[in-house]
Amino acid sequence: MIETDQLTRRYGQLTAVDGLSIRAEPGQVLGLLGPNGAGKSTAMRMIAGFLAPTSGTARVCGHDVQREPLAARRALGYLPEGAPSYGEMTVREFLRFIIGVRRLDAERGRHRFDEVVGWLQLESVLEASIDTLSKGLRRRVGLAQAILHDPPVLMLDEPTDGLDPNQKHAVRKLIDAMARQRTILVSTHLLEEVHALCNRVVIIAHGKLLADATPAELEARSRYHGAVSFSAPGSALAQEMLGRLPNVAAIEVDALDGRVTVFPRPGTRILEDVEQLLREQGLEVSEIQLERGRLDEVFRRITTTGEAAEAGA
Amino acid sequence: MSAVLAVLRRELRSFFVTPLAYVFLVIFLVLAGILTFYTGDFYERGQADLQPFFVIHPWLYLILVPAVTMRMWAEEAKSGTLELLLTLPVTLWQAMLGKFFAAWLFIGLALALTFPLWLTVNYLGSPDNGVIVAGYIGSWLMAGSFVAIGACLSALTRSQVVAFVLTATVCVLLILVGQPQVVDFFSGALPRRLVNALAYLSMLRHFEAIARGVLDLRDLAYFLLSAAGWLTTGVLLLELKRVR
Repeated sequence: MIETDQLTRRYGQLTAVDGLSIRAEPGQVLGLLGPNGAGKSTAMRMIAGFLAPTSGTARVCGHDVQREPLAARRALGYLPEGAPSYGEMTVREFLRFIIGVRRLDAERGRHRFDEVVGWLQLESVLEASIDTLSKGLRRRVGLAQAILHDPPVLMLDEPTDGLDPNQKHAVRKLIDAMARQRTILVSTHLLEEVHALCNRVVIIAHGKLLADATPAELEARSRYHGAVSFSAPGSALAQEMLGRLPNVAAIEVDALDGRVTVFPRPGTRILEDVEQLLREQGLEVSEIQLERGRLDEVFRRITTTGEAAEAGA
Repeated sequence: MSAVLAVLRRELRSFFVTPLAYVFLVIFLVLAGILTFYTGDFYERGQADLQPFFVIHPWLYLILVPAVTMRMWAEEAKSGTLELLLTLPVTLWQAMLGKFFAAWLFIGLALALTFPLWLTVNYLGSPDNGVIVAGYIGSWLMAGSFVAIGACLSALTRSQVVAFVLTATVCVLLILVGQPQVVDFFSGALPRRLVNALAYLSMLRHFEAIARGVLDLRDLAYFLLSAAGWLTTGVLLLELKRVR
């Protein structure tokens, strides 16, 4: 479990993290989402014990990171941003070093080493020095380092940043597989990742918490939530009629491809009405879709206007 | 304790995967040989001892120790591995001691590899080997002080060059501060007690007796305490970086 309470970090005049209170439970993959420079890394560095908070507290599995730093770090596996590792060492030496510092006993160390290496498919590069590895492999070495001691809490700072789509997919699958019993905190600025990985999301900007909700709840806050979009040539008349439907709030037509989006009034459902009307008009609809809501639109609105979060967890 | 060992082993290994270790060892041995024979009047003195060899050690360390210690923290800060190291369950002291002992042992290895000189004087004459052993121990302890200075100042910056220059500067000041010329220069301007106190900080002053074979407890304490002091300062600097 990770808990922070009014966690704050100032650099001179600048407040990088401002009164952040979050909580991640076992079995949960909590996404820490925010634009670049929002304070995600600073918050993680405080939780990991690399930076001291200016005020406020952070706890990992109940251990205060300031008062019981070693106990907190033993419970935590941490992948810092960019997955730093000692480039001149081979993968085997590096992982052995981590086992040594973490003081796993010989047998457990060997067992975990084999398990993690197998799991992350690092067998073929064990003797290669880390400097010579590709970005994706280096990220996997970083992940291996973070999970060697089988920690109950895992914190990953932009684990898929800079990877190609296949590598991203592989890393996400790994995180997904680890999620079952652990508490995982993942920072990212990629919205696709939220859907792929997280069952809860915390959005921060300028160091402040702006939203704490499930991805579905966030989507529900989009103006696209429940909207119906379709493509149908020659639908000008139909559009006018759609506008007169009681539950329709607005209609937008994409200037480029002519796709029509019909927005509902809040809390109403318009898919059936729209479908019926289109059928009655005898229009040839090539494709029709009920929108779940667009995270990018919600994200942009929350982080740029600083719209306060009314939705709790 | 085993966390210290893990850090120590990693540091030592990282010396030897890069050419740095070998370049260092070769230069150290070549310089030690040349300086001993050419500037130290090794033959002309007509005595079978290693005093000309030991008196050049402060100057050898002055150049070579900063080269070994400059990367110690600066490189970790630059490459981002500092964040990895300091979020592992190690205290700052454990990390510092691991790194310090690795560098100190490495200098000790370089020192040990000068054994042909010892063989030479034993072949040429019959030196007092007790004096020579004392000289080696004293020299290694002095190296410990130098390494601690380098360890501390490397924690100050992310630039290895800056770490090198700072360390070399502090070391040269500590060597020179007890020299007669320096003492004379300050004795006019400063109170006598202060000048004496400054002179007491001098590395050379404490090492000269050792080079002659006199292992005085006060000289040993000086080197050990100054190493402890610099290491403590280094740990405080690292802690300050975390808070600031």
